[in-house]
Amino acid sequence: MFLINDSYAYLVVLAGVCTYFWRAAGVAVAAKISTESALFSWISCVAFAMLAGLISRVIFLPTGSLEATALWERLASAGVALIVYFFLTRKNLLLGVISSGATLYALRLLS
Amino acid sequence: MGESRQRLRRKGRQLIDSQRASSRHPNADQPPTHVVRDAALNGVRAAAGIPSWVLVTGYLGFGALAAGHQLSLLGTLLSTLTIWALPGQLILVEMHTLGASFFVILLTVTLSAIRFLPMTVAFMPLLREARVVSWRHYAAAHLLSISGWAWCMSRLPEMPPAQRLAYYFGFTLTLMVSSLIASWIGYVAGDLLPANAQLAFVLMSPIYFLLILSGETRTGIGRLALVAGAICGPLVHLVSAQWSVLLSGVIGGSVAWWLHRYWQHKTRQA
Repeated sequence: MFLINDSYAYLVVLAGVCTYFWRAAGVAVAAKISTESALFSWISCVAFAMLAGLISRVIFLPTGSLEATALWERLASAGVALIVYFFLTRKNLLLGVISSGATLYALRLLS
Repeated sequence: MGESRQRLRRKGRQLIDSQRASSRHPNADQPPTHVVRDAALNGVRAAAGIPSWVLVTGYLGFGALAAGHQLSLLGTLLSTLTIWALPGQLILVEMHTLGASFFVILLTVTLSAIRFLPMTVAFMPLLREARVVSWRHYAAAHLLSISGWAWCMSRLPEMPPAQRLAYYFGFTLTLMVSSLIASWIGYVAGDLLPANAQLAFVLMSPIYFLLILSGETRTGIGRLALVAGAICGPLVHLVSAQWSVLLSGVIGGSVAWWLHRYWQHKTRQA
């Protein structure tokens, strides 16, 4: 069988099992605590703050291919997206997201 | 005398059995099939727009990266199917290519997935009517992603509870299938994209999260947590890159939670 020689595929599945551990733990914990409890509202705060932290980190201090772009290019793209989403359209996600990509693309072509 | 005690015991056992039976079937009053089907189709339709588009751009890049590192197509597709978290999948590709040991790779991927714990805890109450958990919820947890989380956290509360699970499965399975196709296309034809278009694609997923979270978070405490987390993210990253996601969540989230409590306490006193 082709699977036997593919050590990367084995590693991937093991990593999937490890990732699922946290997902399942979340279901189990959610079943134990009430949504009215202080613990629940703290965990929700952590979830929201975590994602917001991730987004702002990618814009201010990116790793990977976005490192090649300038901070002002990323800020301009995010700013255009926010303006399109909140002010120019009535919260149109598609136009907001595409406008940010188009802004970055145009800025890269010009520079 | 002996007989009546026996009868009592039998009655008691029957009562316990009937209670067990009813607790074993928490969803005895399932919603009608057409309601479930319509909700699932609505989920598919919602996901087929911008949410899967954003994921597709991310997974095209992932497929191209895996092909560039000469990893197998099977492993690449399995990665999307079983890990289903782009940051963890990218870590795996990079570390495997660098030749890190099996154990260290697994540990790093596992640590990067801790974010699913608070995300799932915050999300699950939307999917269940009482505090009853079935296998469906454990299946639902595997399909959770940041994209699905951000979208469904804002859309599900407006929906009747009976439709939510079906909508969620329709939505997330559509995301999963389009991402699998994108991983495959990216693997086969990823380097055909110009570099600047790839950069634009990479930026689009955080922008999608930014818009949806800032535009659709309705509660005051949620907004407070977003602002605190956004401030903490880059600052914590300067101190410890590896722990930045988790730490900015715990620090920002705790500050927001405490501030909210403090203000609530103050207004109650006033």
